[in-house]
Amino acid sequence: MQGYLTRRIAHSLLALIGVTLVAFVFVNASGDPAALLLPGDATPAQAAELRRSLGLDRPFLAQYGLFVWQAAHGNFGTSLRQQLPAAQVILTNAPATAELAVGASVVSVVLGVPLGIVAASYRGRLYDWLTSVFVLIGQSAPIFWLGLMAIWIFSLELRLLPPFGRGTLAQLVLPVMTLAWYVSALLTRMTRASMLEVLDQDYIRTARSKGLSWIPVILKHALRNAAIPVLTVFGLQFGELLGGVVVTETVFAWPGMGRAIVDAIDARDYPVVLAGVVVVATMFVAVNLLVDLSYGLLDPRIRYQ
Amino acid sequence: MVDLLRRLARDPKGVVSLVLLLAVAVAALAAPLIAPANPLLQSLPSSDLAPMASAPGGTIHWLGTDEYGRDVLARVIYGARVSLVVALGAVFLAGVAGATLGILAGFAAGPVDTVTMRIVDVQLAFPTVLLAIAWIAFIGNNLASLIAVVALSGWASYVRVARASVLALRTVPFVEATIAAGASGARIMLRHIAPNVLSPIIVLATLQLGRAVLLESTLSFLGLGIQPPTPSWGSMLADGRAQLDTAWWIAAFPGLAITLLVLGANLLGDALRDALDPRFEQRHV
Repeated sequence: MQGYLTRRIAHSLLALIGVTLVAFVFVNASGDPAALLLPGDATPAQAAELRRSLGLDRPFLAQYGLFVWQAAHGNFGTSLRQQLPAAQVILTNAPATAELAVGASVVSVVLGVPLGIVAASYRGRLYDWLTSVFVLIGQSAPIFWLGLMAIWIFSLELRLLPPFGRGTLAQLVLPVMTLAWYVSALLTRMTRASMLEVLDQDYIRTARSKGLSWIPVILKHALRNAAIPVLTVFGLQFGELLGGVVVTETVFAWPGMGRAIVDAIDARDYPVVLAGVVVVATMFVAVNLLVDLSYGLLDPRIRYQ
Repeated sequence: MVDLLRRLARDPKGVVSLVLLLAVAVAALAAPLIAPANPLLQSLPSSDLAPMASAPGGTIHWLGTDEYGRDVLARVIYGARVSLVVALGAVFLAGVAGATLGILAGFAAGPVDTVTMRIVDVQLAFPTVLLAIAWIAFIGNNLASLIAVVALSGWASYVRVARASVLALRTVPFVEATIAAGASGARIMLRHIAPNVLSPIIVLATLQLGRAVLLESTLSFLGLGIQPPTPSWGSMLADGRAQLDTAWWIAAFPGLAITLLVLGANLLGDALRDALDPRFEQRHV
């Protein structure tokens, strides 16, 4: 277990270093940040002075090494647009994104897993068919379109919910539901497929034939065994979810991390871009690490070696 | 091929998907013939007309007009071009590159495999949309760069699928036999492995087509796609966003078009998987 954990964490760190390297090459290639900061009439001497104070005159690897060292200490430099630490620009927006992502995840699990279970139990019947329509729309419709249509129907026509802004619970409803449709469609589909696989197994037939009723068989015997592939796919799709967060934040003018990163990319505010990329990639890697570690809890036969 | 089409035609999912995809393909190819108006033609007297309304001149705009009086139906029809070209180009590029890399990694094993899969992990740790936005900010937004960016965000899944199939194939008797008979690595990969990896790759490519359409339209929606006035579904939605309270149709119809195209691709992927793998069909339908 310990050996496995060490190796798995080492892999995660390696992936993170790769992500930072790619992002670093990117921002360095995409233009000279010093040129963006200087006034039009700056002298070459002033430019050189600024480049030196930003560390831009050093060789690439030295710049990267320094960046990793400082990043490991939580220091991503100062935002070029706002006179704030770059990490702070990202992190002040984190609670808003967390609200959205956690809200959508909870709604999706509460909605998607039972829908998938029932669809698998009634395979081929009307209910299964209706569920697959829900899944297909969720997987096919672009999030920004669902969001705009939700605003049009629920805010502008019916006047039930506010169309954007953050603060009240009512303002959370539309963005969370929009994001949750996509994620719950995915969870429903995975749960259904995984349950179908499990329901064919001998131990389910045994449990049924010894007289257990359907619900305990589903919950105790089937669901636990069906959970591993569902979790795995959820972990891998977490990146898509984060992409969905960016779009949802744009549609609903939600002041989150995704918006902050997109704004920073637009403005070439590279310390903030790097901080954002590292925070997002860390979240992705951490979620997948947790998913891997949860296998052992779900299935005691799995030994980490 | 004929057999495959026959099997698809027996599956309702297959039929619906082929109809949807065919409709979009016809719209893209024959846009000048079927579009009711010039998609770029502005006419201020007939701006923001509701669907089915007729313009002052008497022409009927079936899906209404936008802020500049341009016909929404014509723009939706022409918009199919950008979406299809970007998605097909990107899926082809990513599929060929990813599958080649996956076959090489699976066959070579050892350090080549390890390094490739670590790079794949890095790629998968990047949220697709953010990566694409960053690339576009870097290389600019013309048609070729859009295709490249969408391809770049999709290649990693092909590597995984191709590699997994190769690993499974390596221990199959007919491959072991060709290895024992002394065939060269290139010959084994091309003649024996590649054809057998093809069907999971085709299924994946079909499913990725939908994701490519979604990514392209997302970029267009965020203002990073093909520049106006060329009609694209994502940018039409962005235009419609500001007028949601007065003219819902400007945003509603292009979004519906995206949904139907992606739905077609997703359904075809499902139907192909069933048709190409009879074992799967028996267990899951």
